Amino acid sequence: MYRWDFSVIWQYWDLFMYGLWLTVVYTFGSIVLGVLIGLLVCAARLSGWMIFSLIARTYQEIFRCTPLLVQLLWFYYAFPLLVGISIDNRVAAMLTLSLYVGAFYAEIFRGGILSIDRGQREAAAAIGMSNWQAMRRIVMPQAFKRMLPAFINQSVIQFKNTSLVSVISVADLAYMAAVVNGQTYRPLESYTVMAALYIAVLFPLTQIADWIERRLRVSD
Amino acid sequence: MTNVQQTAAGPQTVLEARGIRKSFGGLEVLKGVDVTLARGEVVGLIGPSGSGKSTLIRCLNMMEKPTGGSVIFRGHKIGKSFRDRDGTTGIGTLRRHVGMVFQHFNLFPHKTVLQNVTEGPIVVCNTPRAEAEERAMALLAEVGLAEKRNAYPSHLSGGQKQRVAIARALAMQPEVLLLDEVTSALDPELVGEVLNVIRRLADDGMTMAIVTHEMAFAADVADRILFLDEGRIVVEGKPDETIRNPTNERLASFVSRFNH
Ligand SMILES: Nc1ncnc2c1ncn2[C@@H]1O[C@H](COP(=O)(O)OP(=O)(O)O)[C@@H](O)[C@H]1O
Ligand SMILES: [Mg+2]
Repeated sequence: MYRWDFSVIWQYWDLFMYGLWLTVVYTFGSIVLGVLIGLLVCAARLSGWMIFSLIARTYQEIFRCTPLLVQLLWFYYAFPLLVGISIDNRVAAMLTLSLYVGAFYAEIFRGGILSIDRGQREAAAAIGMSNWQAMRRIVMPQAFKRMLPAFINQSVIQFKNTSLVSVISVADLAYMAAVVNGQTYRPLESYTVMAALYIAVLFPLTQIADWIERRLRVSD
Repeated sequence: MTNVQQTAAGPQTVLEARGIRKSFGGLEVLKGVDVTLARGEVVGLIGPSGSGKSTLIRCLNMMEKPTGGSVIFRGHKIGKSFRDRDGTTGIGTLRRHVGMVFQHFNLFPHKTVLQNVTEGPIVVCNTPRAEAEERAMALLAEVGLAEKRNAYPSHLSGGQKQRVAIARALAMQPEVLLLDEVTSALDPELVGEVLNVIRRLADDGMTMAIVTHEMAFAADVADRILFLDEGRIVVEGKPDETIRNPTNERLASFVSRFNH
């Protein structure tokens, strides 16, 4: 029978907290950047300009059709050779996470906007609104409500995805758990604490997400 | 708009379409159509399904861009851009003065009845909110929906929705109103309340183009009837010479389908 001993873990509690902090930073940083990328890419795809649309589409497919782990390795080890400058692992991690989630966000935004009936844009146009006014005042508020559940879902996944940055030695929660394990030879405790910390953050978030989704359904 | 000039079509003409052609891909839907709307005139557009009625009325506010011909508003040719430019009137200006009501209402579901009606004046005309709301309330009272001002569209019947949509169009104080089968999506018992609103507008001198399958209503309210068939105006005349006493064979057979 395995004898649990969490006492060694408390010694390294600071490492866990620092790792969790970095996980939060990378998650929110990449979500903010990813939203900006997603909006830009979504705009490019809906612009009606063939060339912009094609570039945006290509980016999306590349990032949606390769595993995040592969992207991290490529940006950290391969990309520097290509451009001849080395990049910091933290920069590579943030860049890759943002580009990855941005490709998905763009599709969520695009789907939300396209799901709004054409009649809405026509009604807005019929009272003299410009395309941009119709978009901002009529289409986007409705699209926002529709895409919110998918957006939150993707963001929860993003939180978990950050654990992959540990492979390029970014000291996130997963990385720190491995460090603690290396110091204590207590894999069961180290990795269980790591899992518990992920749950401690994500469980409340998924509950809030469910609540928001229910509220949106009721208000329709 | 600057310098309202008169056109060959006469001093009364507000909105005019000349030689309108429209193709979707290889399909030519409008094959050179002329329409004039004089101030205060009500024109009824009738014709078989697929004859191009919607396409034509949508060309009148440039919701469809004609592939040929031109739309002329108060003597000014409408250009291709949204804004007024190089002596042509922009599409935005046209639409501020030419309202449209749709078959499926297209109310803004995230806005209340009152907000639906004030949206255009506030956003497009920069009307102060208080003034916009006051005018909107007067219009809602006119269409009998003042007490629904805080309701959302999903809580209205079809007939109520369409009356809000008419109030929304009127809030822009349009010179012309375009109506495309505005009662076709309604339950039969709700058609009357919407037709009554339109009839009242006609009596008040609103200039309108009305696409409808309500033959009796069209004959009653319209000053002039246009019968569209396969992208061309085949017959044009007063209701007495068209719907009530058709001489043209195709029109006669079309109208007879509505006399049960
Ligand atoms: N956006 C469009 N794209 C392709 N074809 C269209 C489009 N709009 C209308 N049409 C076609 O144009 C023809 C006329 O349509 P429409 O103007 O809606 O007729 P009506 O209103 O008289 O029933 C129909 O054959 C229809 O299928
Ligand atoms: Mg039609």
